[in-house]
Amino acid sequence: MIKIIIAIGVLLVLAIILAIFRVHKLVDVFRGTEKKYVTASNKVNAALFLVFLIVGGIAFFWYSIAEYDRYQIPIASKHGVVTDNLFWVTMWITGAAFLLCNILLFGFSFFYQHKKERSAYFYPDNGKLELLWSVIPAIVLAILVFTGWKAWSDVTSKAPDDAEVIEVMGYQFAWKTRYPGKSNKLGAHDYQLIDAGNPFGIDLKDKNSFDDFSPLEMHLPKGKPVLFKIRARDVLHSVFAPHFRLKMDAVPGMPTRFWFIPEKSTEDMRQETGNPDFDYEIACTEICGRGHFSMRLKVVVDEPEEYEKWKAAQQTWLAQNPEYLEKVPAELREMAKIAAGIQEDEQ
Amino acid sequence: MATADIHVPGAAAHHEEHHEHEHSQSFVSKYIFSTDHKMIAKQFLITGIFWALIGGFLSILFRLQLGFPDMDLEWLRPLLGGWITPQGKLDPEFYLALVTMHGTIMVFFVLTAGLSGTFSNFLIPLQIGARDMASGFMNMLSYWLFFLSGIIMFISLFLSTGPAGGGWTIYPPLSALPQAISGSGAGMTLWLVAMVFFIASSLLGSINYIATVINMRTKGMSFTRLPLTIWAFFLTAVIGVLSFPVLFAAALLLVFDRSFGTSFYLSEIYIGGEALPNVGGSPVLFQHLFWFLGHPEVYIVLLPALGITSEVVATNSRKPIFGYRAMIGSMMGITVLSFVVWAHHMFVSGMNPFLGSIFMFLTLIIAVPSAVKVFNYLTTLWRGNIVFTPAMLFSIGLVSFFISGGITGIFLGNSALDIQLHDTYFVVAHFHLVMGSASFFGMMAGIYHWFPKMFGRMMDAKLGYLHFWLTFVGVYLVFFPMHYIGIAGFPRRYYSWTNFDAFSDFLDLNTFVSVAAIVTFGSQLIFLFNFFYSMFRGRRTVANPWRSNTLEWTTPIEPGHGNWPGEIPTVYRWPYDYSKPGAKEDFIAQDVPFSHTPESNLDIENEMMEWEKEEGVIAVNESK
Repeated sequence: MIKIIIAIGVLLVLAIILAIFRVHKLVDVFRGTEKKYVTASNKVNAALFLVFLIVGGIAFFWYSIAEYDRYQIPIASKHGVVTDNLFWVTMWITGAAFLLCNILLFGFSFFYQHKKERSAYFYPDNGKLELLWSVIPAIVLAILVFTGWKAWSDVTSKAPDDAEVIEVMGYQFAWKTRYPGKSNKLGAHDYQLIDAGNPFGIDLKDKNSFDDFSPLEMHLPKGKPVLFKIRARDVLHSVFAPHFRLKMDAVPGMPTRFWFIPEKSTEDMRQETGNPDFDYEIACTEICGRGHFSMRLKVVVDEPEEYEKWKAAQQTWLAQNPEYLEKVPAELREMAKIAAGIQEDEQ
Repeated sequence: MATADIHVPGAAAHHEEHHEHEHSQSFVSKYIFSTDHKMIAKQFLITGIFWALIGGFLSILFRLQLGFPDMDLEWLRPLLGGWITPQGKLDPEFYLALVTMHGTIMVFFVLTAGLSGTFSNFLIPLQIGARDMASGFMNMLSYWLFFLSGIIMFISLFLSTGPAGGGWTIYPPLSALPQAISGSGAGMTLWLVAMVFFIASSLLGSINYIATVINMRTKGMSFTRLPLTIWAFFLTAVIGVLSFPVLFAAALLLVFDRSFGTSFYLSEIYIGGEALPNVGGSPVLFQHLFWFLGHPEVYIVLLPALGITSEVVATNSRKPIFGYRAMIGSMMGITVLSFVVWAHHMFVSGMNPFLGSIFMFLTLIIAVPSAVKVFNYLTTLWRGNIVFTPAMLFSIGLVSFFISGGITGIFLGNSALDIQLHDTYFVVAHFHLVMGSASFFGMMAGIYHWFPKMFGRMMDAKLGYLHFWLTFVGVYLVFFPMHYIGIAGFPRRYYSWTNFDAFSDFLDLNTFVSVAAIVTFGSQLIFLFNFFYSMFRGRRTVANPWRSNTLEWTTPIEPGHGNWPGEIPTVYRWPYDYSKPGAKEDFIAQDVPFSHTPESNLDIENEMMEWEKEEGVIAVNESK
């Protein structure tokens, strides 16, 4: 019943609007406005452009200043400081151009609105002006390109040799991490070896794999370079750690990498943001299917000593999954047990 | 120009013949399988409007999810059926399908076919002074292949497994593996088939536009006297011819991977509990091929809009477009550069960082011709005598979007900044302003400006103003807040952000955006009413309602097949003689010889006047 009443109401409103429109048209015909080349609306439209410029400009400045802390998320990596600086330099330069151009656009629209007594200025060309406003943007852009290129080369340069290597693997719909353990070398992997218990496809013929461990949350040492070795198991994913200003696609069949230096521990960040529950996070930014929006990985940045302690306390993957010892070649099995920290009596 | 001399009379004779038979045309040959460029343009336009409504409606559906995540969507069940979960929520996979189809429809069906298809077809013969396109049959074929493509895409919306859902960029492996997302089953197959027909349609159209512009210009219509609209359509067609085949190749290889067990894009994949046999392919290869079309595609949708704007801004400022040659030069620059910037979509795809540096450099170069265009528009407005027709309003709106959205491109083209901004809402804001909304406004400007030529009637100006202001303010309210959300790192194509502490804020802004989107979409109904009402009941127009210079306004109010009943007018001057000092009126049409306007001629034009007298007409190519 209510639906019918709403439907009738909507129809009535539409009928009224239509009636107003018809009356309005008839009035226009009567007044002869329709035949005029320029009507009174011209002034209204010109004025509205000015209103839009002023109201829009105020809203832009007000929101950008008042809500700065909400959209400018804190930086927690060394290169993040550089890229964020560059971001704000670009913002100031292009922001000025943005304001100037829009002011001119709407200002000209208002000031040069049609007036009967005036005629437009015949001004088809000016080579010098064209040259000027080709060269100036070119120079400004060249500066931005150069600074950007420098930052980009630094970010994508080879990781230092002492970087902590951590493997990050994306799959539908979560992340898994693998640390190289005491050997400091990640064991080989092969996607053909993946099964329910061995999500990485760790190749147990490789000695380096025995002490690898795979924790549920990622820990990083503060102030030390960290190298992410990134891969994907099924479709494209993308590692995105917003606070570290870090993003790199995870590609099946093509390992990628990204190195950086975390500058603030989780504890530091909790104090800085005043949020006792703050946690670093990794998200996925390459569309990967139904659960794309839920690929969260918690990241904890520890002080270096705590980090070493945490590392030492981790059980190796092999110790967690001793049934995979069978896959280790017989001659390496004893070595694997020692490297993996498997006690004889556990068997 | 010998070819022009040979072809023009031939084509003219051919069409005069048609002209005589006009009255005996059947309904089918006039309205359906028409070979008349004006009717084909209207077909493209109506189809484009239909798709714009579908594409816009899909975006409202996902904006409901993003702006009101707790809303009970049970009321949509009659429409969406099983895509509403038992809890009354949108299914997350259907959400991705909505995003995918919104992008596909808007980019290809609305802003490529709807914009270029409509105005290239309509304006090229009318503005260069030709009876019709070089091949009317190819032109008809182009529309009907587009129509077929649309039917196939439309059907895919109703599949039980859903339409394609891997994003409009259809990156494999997601788009190649039905195990990964249900939309990659039959939905993706139909997407690929539809796109094959679409590409064929686009190529037929583009080849025709190029051939027509090169060969069928009327006497005196040299390249340096072409209106900027024609230059824009011509260069757009060139880009289309060179880039669409690459998308075709990419799609074909994807079909092979999907159906015939090849491994162009697939390697070392473990999915659904089994390791696939494919080894050695590269998903990044697809991205290179896709963006080799995908980036020029941005200019395929943008250049026609800029061309239309040039024409509308000059006409309604009552001034020549400032820097006509610089405008052509910058469009040519954009055309060339658009082919060498594609990998800026892939800075963090894992490709070699050195390649990233090269593409950052090339990308920021393309900002220069774009900036020149903006400055030229501004200077055209300067000291004009501006008449705010609805078309003019939309053109000014376009320039504003082009500025606002173009500027964020400088951030995204910088690979160091792109690390953080890539695939966030900053990108969404950027391309919706600079490509989506700007092109959409160009299309609107074109419709309002050339509606009188299309249907012989005027659209209601007041409704046009209302439509403009609601849409213009609405678009800014929708897309401007997305910059803030993007700077805060919110990733795009997310069904919900609440899983993350980092993205738990800004529900207020997202709700605001959704409300603005619904209002903006709703205000398009004003346009729809105005469009269809005016088509039948609008005031009858005069021959040249905007007091414009270009040739289309010299045709009868409702031009028949062949466009001009008698001889095609000869062109004596460029199309931008507005407010020429000394002239009687503030415009001098292109077909007015200099000998008729001694009072306003420049020195060089007086010389040409002498020549006119000697030759009778000016040669096709003035340089000879």
